[in-house]
Amino acid sequence: MESETGLSGAAIIAAIKQAGVTHVAALPDITTSAGLLWPLSNDPDLELVRLCKEDEGVSICAGLYFCRRRAVLMMQQTGFFDSINAIRAIAVEYGQPICMIIGLLGKAAGEAPAESRYSVRIVEPILDAMGIDHLCMETTADVARLPGAIDRAYETSRPLAALVGQRLDP
Amino acid sequence: MMRRDECFEKIAELRDDAIVVSSYSSAFEWRGIAPSPLNFVSVGAMGQASSHALGLAIGLPDEKIIVLDGDGALLMNLQCLVTIAEAAPKNFLHFVSENGCYEANGSHPIPGQGKVDFAGMARSAGYAHVFEFDGMNQFTSELPGIMALEGPVFVTLKIEPAGELEYDYPYTHGAQAREDFKQAIAPMIAKRDAT
Repeated sequence: MESETGLSGAAIIAAIKQAGVTHVAALPDITTSAGLLWPLSNDPDLELVRLCKEDEGVSICAGLYFCRRRAVLMMQQTGFFDSINAIRAIAVEYGQPICMIIGLLGKAAGEAPAESRYSVRIVEPILDAMGIDHLCMETTADVARLPGAIDRAYETSRPLAALVGQRLDP
Repeated sequence: MMRRDECFEKIAELRDDAIVVSSYSSAFEWRGIAPSPLNFVSVGAMGQASSHALGLAIGLPDEKIIVLDGDGALLMNLQCLVTIAEAAPKNFLHFVSENGCYEANGSHPIPGQGKVDFAGMARSAGYAHVFEFDGMNQFTSELPGIMALEGPVFVTLKIEPAGELEYDYPYTHGAQAREDFKQAIAPMIAKRDAT
């Protein structure tokens, strides 16, 4: 199903599969819950690792990377904030392709992250300060950039943050 | 009470070609006892060895993954017990050296020193098998059987704080250790992909 700007969880699932992702480590985020996490939890082509805390997911994705398995870590931006030390060390300083899908709780569809509430507008500046490549997915055209961005993350061994800027409804 | 180096020597005798993931004091002690490119040490900080090991266990389900954790490290990533138990990797063996202190950071006591029941927490989290040892004779006797169990397995080793260790952090966090490990597990990946 699509959101009001045409963004769909199905398109995101198709995009990560196109990029060769086989594993998803995740905590629920209401922004992506119904449209993305529930559908992929029932997808036989994706193995879901349910997390208690987001920094575990950084490490699990790193372990899978060494095994040549592609993974994404799904979380809310609050989990991103809580995981920054793990991301700093394991993704950025070690130079490893930890690919994150981050739901931006509190951002309205079409609203620029920089113009949203405090807990949203600080996300991109933090990513920039950490040197993490990022894209914000608002439309299906944005999602179409995701497979290439994941490929580049693995080719260059750099982390990636794909932001989901609106609630995905089923 | 046991000595960590003596416990690790027993584990090393039975290791075969298992991947060993370790952090901080355990990592440096283990490196001195059982150097191998199959030792994974680049686990960042804050108790993330066990979670790296879970990723490796999922990615290489036919290889044994041994975690050499510390009590302070486990306290910083305590919820991993539930995540690991939920994922239930059969190839996962989790040792925790309980010395009651943050040894790598000045040997300050951990919260709950002497009172926290790590084995009890692992049991209630849902590990398949849980053990606790404070004497070498019993540990040495039971270790071969433990190494053969299907996981996830959790073992508390009650140990004395060790003496001075050489904390070689440039090695731990350096690219060479990770590159060596990648090369070392390449045959395991090839074997997995061939089946």
